[in-house]
Amino acid sequence: MERSSANLWRKINSRYNLVGCKCQNCGTLYFPSRVVCRKCGRDSKITEAKFSGNGVISSYTNIRVPPDSFKDEAPYTIAIVKLDEGPSVEGHVVESGGEVKIGSRVRAVFRKMYVEGDEGLIYYHYKFELV
Amino acid sequence: MLYGIVGYGVYFPVYRIKVEEIASVWHEDAGSIKKGLNITEKTVPAIDEDAATIAVEAARRAVSHAGIDAGEIGAVYCGSESHPYAVKPTSTVVATAIGAGNNVMAADLEFACKAGTAGMQIAMGLAKSGMIRYGLAVGSDTSQGRPGDALEYTASAGGGAYVIGGGKDEVIAEITHTLSFTSDTPDFWRREGASFPSHGGRFTGEPGYFKHIIGATKRLFEVTGMEASDFDYAVFHQPNGKFPINVAARLGFDMKKIENGLVTPMIGNTYSGSSMIGLAATLDIAKPGEKILVTSFGSGAGSDSFAIEVTENIEKNRGRSVKVRDLIEKRKIYVNYSTYLKNRSSIRKK
Ligand SMILES: [Zn+2]
Repeated sequence: MERSSANLWRKINSRYNLVGCKCQNCGTLYFPSRVVCRKCGRDSKITEAKFSGNGVISSYTNIRVPPDSFKDEAPYTIAIVKLDEGPSVEGHVVESGGEVKIGSRVRAVFRKMYVEGDEGLIYYHYKFELV
Repeated sequence: MLYGIVGYGVYFPVYRIKVEEIASVWHEDAGSIKKGLNITEKTVPAIDEDAATIAVEAARRAVSHAGIDAGEIGAVYCGSESHPYAVKPTSTVVATAIGAGNNVMAADLEFACKAGTAGMQIAMGLAKSGMIRYGLAVGSDTSQGRPGDALEYTASAGGGAYVIGGGKDEVIAEITHTLSFTSDTPDFWRREGASFPSHGGRFTGEPGYFKHIIGATKRLFEVTGMEASDFDYAVFHQPNGKFPINVAARLGFDMKKIENGLVTPMIGNTYSGSSMIGLAATLDIAKPGEKILVTSFGSGAGSDSFAIEVTENIEKNRGRSVKVRDLIEKRKIYVNYSTYLKNRSSIRKK
């Protein structure tokens, strides 16, 4: 986990609203955002693109022995979600209650990801919930 | 020109704790508590939820219910008594998370359980004066009751959000009048840095809740020339399931007019969200032309009263939201007392 205000601030739009990018030259969508299109290289025309947050779980794992920052949350589920627009993203699945399956439909929700002790910043982030 | 509600949304967590579970920890009689407070269970926030995440979820629903471009929202006011930061506004998080952009007036409000309706009044004033096209008012809380305190049975988590604006084709419920009744009353408070609120016990009822709700509502009757019989529904702040029934009777409203908006018996007291969620549950079923009275209450103390008239436009937006009653039943995960404490950050792994 990053511990700097600048890092938090730069990523806010992608973390809150799943804002990635689109190459206007070939139409490819990316999340997270890229500076250069993988297909077009020098001909890339990158613009911002917001993803709906709707998608399907393509893979998942239940975490029982978490990193220190998530110790109060375990057990929890991390999944790879294939967004309806194409790209795949990793994310926590909230209140999964052991019901997660490959192919489960999900939508993005807004949650706390990480809290820096009693006096630090609170990092908000998209997570996913089963629809 | 009509001014009032253009869209609304509510949110509360899926976790619930029953009165029986809390009562068993303190060796109290669940039956008499359920009867005395008219409440069966309450919502509990997940470990990764706070007043800001709840505000964002409610606000996103309100914006999509309104069917507007979030970029046209010119003001965001978030009311809560459990803002995640003492300094760092919840409203900045909400404005960004709904995509309102940077050209937005924003501030956090605090007035115990009525900070959300205070935001509706501010947004209404700004919209009516032409300073903004739309304003967003949110009330959300993850309220805390001291373990063992009577408040522990009711203090829950949830929120409501309203898009306020003008336009005869957009306003789904016109706010025909709003006013407040305010006094310096020490019924309930929490000092900076204190984890739990303190209250004046029995003092919270008569000189707090009842005096202010009755004061504001009677003043609204006087100013508008309306009376209880002119309204089809009434929504009052719901610190428990009993007070709103009592105050409704004292103001001349029968049970039928308040039962649709009475949600505390199933979800607990969501504080700043309470009367806003009650209003949402009422708008869910109200028909064009029907009139709704809303009077909130915040300790400290004050009440905001609204006379609302539902318009034809309400039918256009119906399909865009899930009804409050359906949300309450949709998904529930019951937790025991220790999980409840953990989710509320009262206990932590070393
Ligand atoms: Zn390309």
